[in-house]
Amino acid sequence: MATPVKVYGPPLSTAVCRVVACLLEKDVEFQLISLNMAKGDHKKPDFLKIQPFGQVPAFQDEKISLFESRAICRYVCENYPEKGNKGLFGTNPLAKASIDQWLEAEGQSFNPPSSALVFQLALAPRMNIKQDEGVIKQNEEKLAKVLDVYEKRLGESRFLAGDEFSLADLSHLPNAHYLVNATDRGEILTSRDNVGRWWGEISNRDSWKKVVDMQKQQHSP
Amino acid sequence: MVVKVYGPAYASPKRVIVCLIEKQIEFETVPVDLVKGENKNPEYLKLQPFGSLPVIQDGDFTLYESRAIIRYYAEKYKSQGTTDLLGRTIEERGLVEQWLEVEAHNFHPPIYQMTTQILFFAKRGLPADENLIKESEEKLGKVLDVYEERLSKSKYLAGDFFSLADLSHLPFTQYLVGPMEKEYMIRDRKHVSAWWDDISNRPSWKKVLELY
Repeated sequence: MATPVKVYGPPLSTAVCRVVACLLEKDVEFQLISLNMAKGDHKKPDFLKIQPFGQVPAFQDEKISLFESRAICRYVCENYPEKGNKGLFGTNPLAKASIDQWLEAEGQSFNPPSSALVFQLALAPRMNIKQDEGVIKQNEEKLAKVLDVYEKRLGESRFLAGDEFSLADLSHLPNAHYLVNATDRGEILTSRDNVGRWWGEISNRDSWKKVVDMQKQQHSP
Repeated sequence: MVVKVYGPAYASPKRVIVCLIEKQIEFETVPVDLVKGENKNPEYLKLQPFGSLPVIQDGDFTLYESRAIIRYYAEKYKSQGTTDLLGRTIEERGLVEQWLEVEAHNFHPPIYQMTTQILFFAKRGLPADENLIKESEEKLGKVLDVYEERLSKSKYLAGDFFSLADLSHLPFTQYLVGPMEKEYMIRDRKHVSAWWDDISNRPSWKKVLELY
């Protein structure tokens, strides 16, 4: 029987992986419907109906159609509170506030420079786009400053929002994974004691290992 | 114990302040002068280690990131003031979260670039990057085109109710139509224009503009 929960987008997309990792942590069955972005699947009228900005992922279940990976993750946690990792989004308002704070820090401070670096260092070469050394340097400096704050925090706290693994840590997995595994700048994370320790812990979770396997099975379009 | 909001002169703290007013939550403000670099003082960095605005203090509890702060208070005081800022059901909340993320990741980056270049650099006689302004305006225009389509079918972004998603747009859009002198970006789009008139005329936003 097909599950009503569907995620649309290529498994190599960082934002798609964010949602897949969350669904796996929450033990929610889903179907991944891949898109060929090189062929412009994400700009076709049928897809724009469910994601008007033409970005991935999009998500559907029997009640709702949603986009924006971090919104989808929050919805999944709220809609399936009793499934899988029950503490993924906190079990009380103060815990949830701390998770939201670090989810926002990821979105506003970690994501922009790390995405730019992943694009410049891992994707541009594959797409035959010339790398911009100025952009690389600028974003390395930005990311280093952000990770200095993380280094201090993770010296005081096992995970970003507290003692338990949460959605806030999960949200960092896709970009961090590419930085460490698909570029030569991974030491920006691994050379910092506390960030390195944290990265080792979160990337070894079963859910993330499953995502990495899924990516490896992706055939190039 | 009253909630303290740091940095009321600036846009992101206003996102928090307008939410507190909508929810009828008492608060006080603490000025932070970015020109003097007060956000880089050790005492401030103890509260907000990234040196950004705002941060709130609520007794012993400290929280930063304006969009995290508004989610916390909208949920904590669900039954007080404007009650459906997060929607009335799990599905409505999902839509509020979706459009809040759209604001954070699609709307905010280009409008923030424009704010920095036009208001912080150019108005201070510092060289602004005209190409960056042009590119950002084009990006923002494309986002507003999607909003135009959405708002032609829905009174507010998440549905037929004013929510945190609409609220989150107030501070920087106010800069756009005011000191940035780009009101045409809103007025050229019929439904975006009507939506802007509606949300910016809420008593809570008028109060923010009056006080800060």
